[in-house]
Amino acid sequence: MRLQRLKALAIKETLQIWRDPRSLLIALLMPFMQMALLGYGVSLDIKHLPICVFDREASQSSQALLKRFQASEYFTIVKVADTYRAVTAAIDRGDCRMAIVIPPNFSERLNDPGITSIQAVVDGTDTNTANIAAGYAQAVIGGFAADTQIALISSEGRPLQLVQPVALQSRVWFNEDLSSRNFIIPGVIALVMALVGAQLTSLTIAREWERGTMELLISTPATPTEVMLGKLAPYFAIGLLDAAFCVALAVFWFDVPFRGTLPTLFLVTVLFLVVVLGVGYLISVNIRSQVGAAQVGLLVTLLPTTLLSGFTFPIDQMPAVIQAISYMAFARYYITALKALFLKGSGIIDLAAPLGAMVIYAAVIAYLAARAFRKVLD
Amino acid sequence: MFERIWQIVIKEFLELRRDKWARFRLIVPPLVQMLVFGYAATFEVYHVATVVLDRDQTQESRELISRFTFSNRFDVVRLAQTDAEVERAIDRGEAVVAVVVHPGFANLLRKGQSAPVQAIVDGTNSNTALIALGYLNIIVDDFSADYATDLVRRGLAGPHPKMVTIGLEMRPWYNPDLNGRWFFVPGVVASLTLVLVVSLTASAIVREREVGTLEQLMVTPIRPIELILGKAIPFFAIGLAEVALVAIFGTLWFQIPFVGNPLILLLGTVLFLFSTLGLGILISTVSKTEQQAFASNFFVLNPMFILSGFSFPISSMPDVLQWLTYIDPMRYYLVVIRGTFIKGIGLDALWPDMLGMAALGCLLLSVSILRFRKSLD
Repeated sequence: MRLQRLKALAIKETLQIWRDPRSLLIALLMPFMQMALLGYGVSLDIKHLPICVFDREASQSSQALLKRFQASEYFTIVKVADTYRAVTAAIDRGDCRMAIVIPPNFSERLNDPGITSIQAVVDGTDTNTANIAAGYAQAVIGGFAADTQIALISSEGRPLQLVQPVALQSRVWFNEDLSSRNFIIPGVIALVMALVGAQLTSLTIAREWERGTMELLISTPATPTEVMLGKLAPYFAIGLLDAAFCVALAVFWFDVPFRGTLPTLFLVTVLFLVVVLGVGYLISVNIRSQVGAAQVGLLVTLLPTTLLSGFTFPIDQMPAVIQAISYMAFARYYITALKALFLKGSGIIDLAAPLGAMVIYAAVIAYLAARAFRKVLD
Repeated sequence: MFERIWQIVIKEFLELRRDKWARFRLIVPPLVQMLVFGYAATFEVYHVATVVLDRDQTQESRELISRFTFSNRFDVVRLAQTDAEVERAIDRGEAVVAVVVHPGFANLLRKGQSAPVQAIVDGTNSNTALIALGYLNIIVDDFSADYATDLVRRGLAGPHPKMVTIGLEMRPWYNPDLNGRWFFVPGVVASLTLVLVVSLTASAIVREREVGTLEQLMVTPIRPIELILGKAIPFFAIGLAEVALVAIFGTLWFQIPFVGNPLILLLGTVLFLFSTLGLGILISTVSKTEQQAFASNFFVLNPMFILSGFSFPISSMPDVLQWLTYIDPMRYYLVVIRGTFIKGIGLDALWPDMLGMAALGCLLLSVSILRFRKSLD
């Protein structure tokens, strides 16, 4: 390996990137675009869910309960129905996602022994929203029940006891406000690098074939390893720059806490970049058309990074086969490490498992990539 | 005129028949993506890894913990002995939830005082944490209510006032088991259609320009409008076939119900295809090479996908992004496809979305045809 040849190749590739403004623009704008879209557009937090109420009793207690729904920041009452048919229509049209129906004998039942029931009709189309809304509704009703109990006991002049035998004191660690932004944004870094890295590099060799400059490249004394390193060096720099943009946006714009250390972040990022660039390069060597390479690149990087890496969908909820496949998705390890670094502040020892997997992955891919380029024309 | 359009249509289909790679691309990746999405896209919360520290070791504390063991929402993966062990399990991600019962739990209960139970939840995945917290509350509340009822029944609580308990009877409509796949699979049909039709249309037109056969077409007596129609009709047909293929495959494989009217879905699909064809042609007019078309596709389709409400509720987005979703045809199509698949609603509820897609479709098609004519000159 000669440093001079490497340098020459890297300069050639840099010039090529520089003179293709569209690619360069993609590479430099991608972090901003993805961060803005996913940082703002992807939110699983539910606030002001439109609901409809149908109070079949219209008593003081039923109104008091509904007031609590109105006061909760999770719900907004957009419709007061007076028939069941109106409830049905509102849910069908999607005007509201949940309807609270209070039975005609609500306050009477409240004073009788046994459980008083109210109905929550939920639009089950969006299952996740339905689940979360149900949890919030339960909390509103629980609060109302507890206060009614207290009022009842104190009106009878008894000491306040046994209101609730067991009280759950829950604490949330790492993401104290349960903000979905803190959960999503660290993963966006992986997404951006997978997209930029694999997309751009998947073109680098295919382009030489398509433009007919391959013969020139082959006739130079450069060895396959030199070709790989020289071609990938500028993309490596772009990848690191993008990662820096992403981290800066995450921390300073979106206020995601960063509790880990920068050297560890740098280490995992470099390992991930090696894998991503290597995969892109392998695709490029094997598929000679630029469009084909770009499409395969997108399929190989985007799909596993968004779906199989725990970026948004939890891996432990997937069927066993898919979980087994997810071990092959290299983004899985990087995203695990990113989330741990940002939110948990894990050290390098805590991250031993994902780090080990990434080292092995990077070594295998680098070895394959170094041997992939063949100096033959056929 | 129809004769000439027809010739172009035949030419396009011939091209497709001779291109093995294109046919492969039309069938295999969509089905693979349907499978991966169907299995991997889930927000459900079952069998959350849980670590338990019971420092009370009484009948009561064991009873409470057994409720976690028997719940299908939680999996007790470890019985810890010390606080440090609990912390380590959460830190390392071995468990997402920790339940800690402090010494004196049963004593407090027996004395009729409120006994605390501590839960620690790893909030990294905010969604799982939120839903798990809900289930934690339900389990502890149930235990609490049962304990109180038991005391009253055994006459140990003295003249005790009635416990006020209000149950929430959940009636999830359309999807009684809240099965997440019912939500995602119809959405996958929409997103695959969007990506396939836009990218196929754009690359088919750009390829002719790149290869230079567009010039050859120009010297034939065909007029631009005929050319564009001849190009659009095959992709329209392919798009329809693609929707049918993916929808039928997904429905049968994942056993998703289809309760609505197929004709309404057909109408919605046709309107949606107008928008996607228009978008494809529009992208082809701003791209010189297939490579550029591919990059532009990505830049247009990616935001459309994220803003469509495919997996993230539009109502949770900031206002500005919510406004932007109105120019996203996929937003409307998702309402129609989910509405017909799962809700079984008709035009009386879906007309605004149909109208939205029709308007966007007309706009995109006319702009793209105008631009296409100019790009030929």
